Amino acid sequence: MSGADGSGGRLCFHCGQPVPAGERLSLRIGNAARDMCCVGCQSVAQLIVDSGCEDFYLRRSAPSARVDPEQLLPPELALADLPAGADGEGDDAAQELVLSVDGLRCSACVWLIEKYLARQRGVRMAELNVANGRLHIRRDPALCSTSSILRGLRGLGYTAYPFDPLRQGEQARRASRRLFRQLFIAGLSMMQVMMYAVPVYMSPDGIEPDMMALMRWASLFLTLPAVCYSALPFFSGAWAGLRARAPGMDLPVAIGIGAAFIASAVATWRGEGEIWFDSVSMFIFLLLASRYLEAAARRKSAAALERMQQAFPAAALLLRDYPQGRETTLVAAAALQSGDVILARPGDTIAADARLIEGGAELDLSLLSGESRAQQFQAGQEAPGGAVNLSQPVLLRVERATRESTLAALTRLAEQAGAGKPALAQWADIVASRFVVALLALAAATFLAWHFIDPAQAWPTAIAVLVVSCPCALSLATPSALAAATDRLLREGTLVVRGNVLETLRRADTIVFDKTGTLTQGRPRLAALHLAAGGEAQSLAIAAAMERGSLHPLARSLVEEAARRGIAPAEAEQVESFTAAGMQCRIGGRLHRIGSQAFVAGLAGGRLPPALDARATAGAGSVYLGNEEGWLARFDLADALRPDAVATVAAFRALGLRTVLLSGDQADVCAEVARATGIAEVAAGCSPQRKLDYVRDLQRQGAVVAIVGDGINDAAMLRAGDVSFAMGRGAALAQVSADAVVMGDRLSSVADCARMAARAMRVVRQNLGWAAAYNFLAIPAAAFGWLNPWMSAVGMSLSSLLVVGNALRLSRAEPAAALPERVANGVPVLAGEA
Amino acid sequence: MEALYLLIPMSTVLVFLAIWVFFRASDSGQFDDLEGPALRILHDDDGVVAVAPDDTVLR
Repeated sequence: MSGADGSGGRLCFHCGQPVPAGERLSLRIGNAARDMCCVGCQSVAQLIVDSGCEDFYLRRSAPSARVDPEQLLPPELALADLPAGADGEGDDAAQELVLSVDGLRCSACVWLIEKYLARQRGVRMAELNVANGRLHIRRDPALCSTSSILRGLRGLGYTAYPFDPLRQGEQARRASRRLFRQLFIAGLSMMQVMMYAVPVYMSPDGIEPDMMALMRWASLFLTLPAVCYSALPFFSGAWAGLRARAPGMDLPVAIGIGAAFIASAVATWRGEGEIWFDSVSMFIFLLLASRYLEAAARRKSAAALERMQQAFPAAALLLRDYPQGRETTLVAAAALQSGDVILARPGDTIAADARLIEGGAELDLSLLSGESRAQQFQAGQEAPGGAVNLSQPVLLRVERATRESTLAALTRLAEQAGAGKPALAQWADIVASRFVVALLALAAATFLAWHFIDPAQAWPTAIAVLVVSCPCALSLATPSALAAATDRLLREGTLVVRGNVLETLRRADTIVFDKTGTLTQGRPRLAALHLAAGGEAQSLAIAAAMERGSLHPLARSLVEEAARRGIAPAEAEQVESFTAAGMQCRIGGRLHRIGSQAFVAGLAGGRLPPALDARATAGAGSVYLGNEEGWLARFDLADALRPDAVATVAAFRALGLRTVLLSGDQADVCAEVARATGIAEVAAGCSPQRKLDYVRDLQRQGAVVAIVGDGINDAAMLRAGDVSFAMGRGAALAQVSADAVVMGDRLSSVADCARMAARAMRVVRQNLGWAAAYNFLAIPAAAFGWLNPWMSAVGMSLSSLLVVGNALRLSRAEPAAALPERVANGVPVLAGEA
Repeated sequence: MEALYLLIPMSTVLVFLAIWVFFRASDSGQFDDLEGPALRILHDDDGVVAVAPDDTVLR
């Protein structure tokens, strides 16, 4: 259990994260030795220096992404080199390559990637689009394969995926381009109309009539593009609202724009009366600006999520003529039939429920069941689809087609869970439509009243009511605040995918955590080392030497531990691997074995020394080490808590939330984790269905439930929860089911998000309060005919700017303050029944 | 002041001209990446030198 970092303040020169205590890695960059936090960062820095790109460290303005040593060479990269034609590539496509790149931080990244690729043989052009993280490469396929480029980028510390244009929403791109154009035109129109409006307002003794007419006509023409092109979204939104019998905020905006423009056009035609062209174009511009910002923030989140999930197509290696031939062909997982024989290589995900044919295997089911220890499977046993193979290659016979497999069943469970989700973000629409009805009634009443008092005043005052009422500030209040908050969270590494996250998180009173991979790292680490002979360093050196070639998570964590302590692996010869038992090799002339107790006993002699016979901690797996002369050591490896798990749970408890731990793992492990983090309620050994029921029970008792999870087995409860977070390293299914995704693998981001939600909702309340107060004053004033056009234009624009400015405070860094106290009601109520 | 009778219509025509230019630019993808070029101008080493074959990066 590692607590806060004991780094003594040393930071990794590459990724900027604290260096673990006792880590001795360093690298000469420039003319000084720089600290490195792990082997991954060190090898990336080495590569950057070797390829003559040392300047990268001078240019960059942010630390680089941390590199997981295991990620340097992911096995599935080979899949990218499908034979031409296999994935619909023509000759042009072979020349042109489009990749999605992840991990871009600053301008130095662009420079590094473009420069590095330009130096590769066979690459003719490389251009990186920063906005969408897309890398266009023109190359000669004979000299430079896709996977070598991918591997090179991985080596630099960036994750890149083959980009599939069909998966990308061309629609979304077009829509955003259109919105940008509409905004631009509205801005242009607004500025020009203002040029002719200001002199009219400024001149004390009026302007001669001919000139006035000319200026009005010019304003009319300049407003046309804004009304006919830029305002289309409001008109179509209003029309859709009318058809659905649920008028939204678009309706008063559309009526305001339409009425004001028509009245002004009529006044211009007749040469008498008030004109409102400046208000109309400003209206359109301000509203579109807020829409554009919100859409941009949302789009950034969606694009980042998409890049994260752009995993390779689920594929399987099919043996068509088993048992005669052993030729494998790559097929899509969806095409598998019952009875097919497939090969799962080490590290592969098994594509469908299948029975092992030859040999045993060790499978990792942690994403499926939450069980943190790898499971042994014998030949003849059935393995669920979605399990990851940790041992040597195995052959399996498919039992059920993919769409009927365990994984598909869990996916369906998640989809059904989503159907029961309470619709939350409706109160704003309800308030808006009531406001709309009230406003239209008021405008009509004003018109009628003036019609009897002074018919000439009827039109202008009714229009004034519509213009000044500032549907603008009201409809800006919520989206602008949410856009600013979403954008800020994205910069801090939380993707807000659905709109109701902040509002619901504010009202949540219960938070449910999954254990494996959420509160814990999902990877075993050395918890205890018992020695029978020799020293710690010696045992670890031997263990690291033997396990270097193994994929098994326990083995990998031993190698990592040795690297973390700066222990060089010993010299090993004749390394042999035994399925489901361990490894054997010769070190210093002696035969050594590492692995299960029985396996090591076969070499070291029968009785276990008392030093190695102690009870292991809950949830730990034990690995034994021995040689011909006897037992040497026992390593206890357990899934360690995340360093920020305790602080995160404490933050939520300080906010007064009820904390719950739901896990598929065993009770003793869960109890241990709950005790360490201070979580009160624990339910262990839960199936996905059980987790879902637990959450639904909580909701039936009236709780608003926030959920944090990472696995396929959490997907259903993530979908059912009122607001849910998935961890960025977890399963894609969990991320699709969640409302927000935590990138960067920091659990404390969830607590940051809760703080942000509190601030965002406070700003929304302030904005709505201001808009309500303003309307309360301005509408009667307009109705009594006290306001002339320029006053209402100024009032409207000032109140809009105030609202947007207030919202933008959210995108600035939070002042270091204590947690805000919870306000009992999360739903702001409009003051003054307008 | 008489000049205004010419200038005001001219300014209006100019705005429409600007709109037309903007649409042309937007169609050609000028505004698709608003960040990249600004970053690229900071790096002054455009000279790409063909280097000896270096296929495998991670040895």
